[in-house]
Amino acid sequence: MIELIEVMKTYQAGLATPFTAVDRVSLTIPDARLTVLKGPSGSGKTTLLTLIGCMARPTSGRIHLHGLPAGTLPALQAGDSVEITSLPERFLTTIRRRTFGFIFQQFNLVRGISVLENVLLPTYPMGLDHQEVEGRAVQRLEGLGLARLIRSSVDRLSGGEAQRVAIARALINDPAVIIADEPTAHLDSRLSEDFMELMGEFRAAGKTLLITSHDPIVYGSPLADLVVEMRDGQIVAGA
Amino acid sequence: MRAPIQRYRNILDFALSSLLRRKGRNLALIGVYTLVVFVIASLIFFVQALKREARELLVQAPDMVVQRMVAGRHDPVPVAQAEAIRAIRGVEEVQARLWGYYYDPVFGGNLTVMASEDPSLAAEAVWIGQGVARSMRVKEGDLISLRGYGGLPILFTVQKILAGESELVSSDLILMSPTDVRALFNFPTGLATDLAVTAGNPRELPTIAAKIVEQFPDTRPILKSEVLRTYEAIFDWRGGLMVVVLGSAILAFIIFAWDKATGLSAEERKEIGILKSIGWESSDVLLLKFWEGSVVSLTAFLSGVLLAYVHVFFFSASLFEHALKGWSVLFPRYQLVPVLDGYQLTVLFFLTVLPYTAATLVPIWRAATVDPDAAMRS
Repeated sequence: MIELIEVMKTYQAGLATPFTAVDRVSLTIPDARLTVLKGPSGSGKTTLLTLIGCMARPTSGRIHLHGLPAGTLPALQAGDSVEITSLPERFLTTIRRRTFGFIFQQFNLVRGISVLENVLLPTYPMGLDHQEVEGRAVQRLEGLGLARLIRSSVDRLSGGEAQRVAIARALINDPAVIIADEPTAHLDSRLSEDFMELMGEFRAAGKTLLITSHDPIVYGSPLADLVVEMRDGQIVAGA
Repeated sequence: MRAPIQRYRNILDFALSSLLRRKGRNLALIGVYTLVVFVIASLIFFVQALKREARELLVQAPDMVVQRMVAGRHDPVPVAQAEAIRAIRGVEEVQARLWGYYYDPVFGGNLTVMASEDPSLAAEAVWIGQGVARSMRVKEGDLISLRGYGGLPILFTVQKILAGESELVSSDLILMSPTDVRALFNFPTGLATDLAVTAGNPRELPTIAAKIVEQFPDTRPILKSEVLRTYEAIFDWRGGLMVVVLGSAILAFIIFAWDKATGLSAEERKEIGILKSIGWESSDVLLLKFWEGSVVSLTAFLSGVLLAYVHVFFFSASLFEHALKGWSVLFPRYQLVPVLDGYQLTVLFFLTVLPYTAATLVPIWRAATVDPDAAMRS
């Protein structure tokens, strides 16, 4: 479970033109459920995702991660809670690496290298056994119907293929939480529905899913357990 | 223990693949970088090799050479003066030397002809340096013809080809008996080219030189240390001249490298953001960029040094020989003996590899230490 208490994020704080992207948000995101953050552009959805995903620190407020697996941080027992906003960068990275899998709006694949290399990238600094990880990556890619593209450069992929590579990359470290930012923004309706079907499979497998979207296919999906509506950095419905 | 090694390996692999992704940019950078290292390393190798040659030359030189001067010009010295100088306290040996230059019109170079008292050197025979043998394309047992004073050719048998540690010492040398030298140059009997003086204690040489000048005011004693100092100054000066000329090229490289190294493109910034967002730490990103910078700078350094070695010691520094060697002193062509000065190479390494690596790491460090979302948005 992820718990946010009065979380604020202000850019250019202390300067002449401060901008508050997330304004005193309190929210509880249940485990093994699909939560959708919906709202127009500029409503603070993506900023909230980056704060939850340990990619940025809030200006104020607290974020608790409950039920982390043992060994995520030194001396952490299974099921312990961690308040992440005050952790040093090294620990934030460890949590980001082991707990979250990110699927970005622009997919954010590294250009010029192969599909397989892109999927393996998150594992490089972990010093894992290369053969074992590569086997896992190939299995993921095959499961996503990308077997024939494993050695292809990501520059040649279609939008749907690139997204599936991004999904395979997000899953390579078997994270408990999958975070997706506007995942259907560049997909047609059929591919968007395919994506939601895949998310349904992950939910069934016990993953916690957190998706931002203003696409009705996503927030109107029967798979969505919780839909939280945001506007101007605040939650206006659903929490 | 295995995980950290595997981490280094993985990141190094990715660094190499990143370099290949930006082939054009990196090859251009390595090319210019290699060129600068090549030029500076050539200069260092060349000057060091020449200095070594000069030192080798002087190891075999006498402690002091006494020349006779007439109207400020070098003139043959009477052999009888040798006896008088030998009588000066502290002088161990005085040898009247007979030598001169022979201009070979075919090869366009001056050869040094010197008399040798070696009993194994036969009459009408010569011992020649490797440079002479190369130029004349002769081997032991062949005949060579030298044009005598009267214009008539004189034939000599090549009895031996001199092998020396330094080609500069013996490359242009022709040794023959004193009688043959006098016949070749029509050198008057009773005169010698100069006198070679050896002292029991080299610290007494200045005193001995003063006594010689007092006794023979028309002579000029030249100490070995003075010759060495002059050689060092000449080679340093020539090297310095080249450094000044190359200064502008090096400066251009620094600007080029700085621009290439510090200008982090939007794509690179975004890539750093992606890496951080998928679980890379700042230290992982720094390690990646450190490997990239190291591969570029080490490749350029090693290629530059290797090319310079080949250029100087296999092609006699053909690109700058006119600026560095002078015009007539070192004829005929000779090959330098390879010399590697660890200190100079280390200085070159620190002057080229470290600044480049540092220049690449500073902007990367700035990009890598911000939050991943900020790096991705910028």
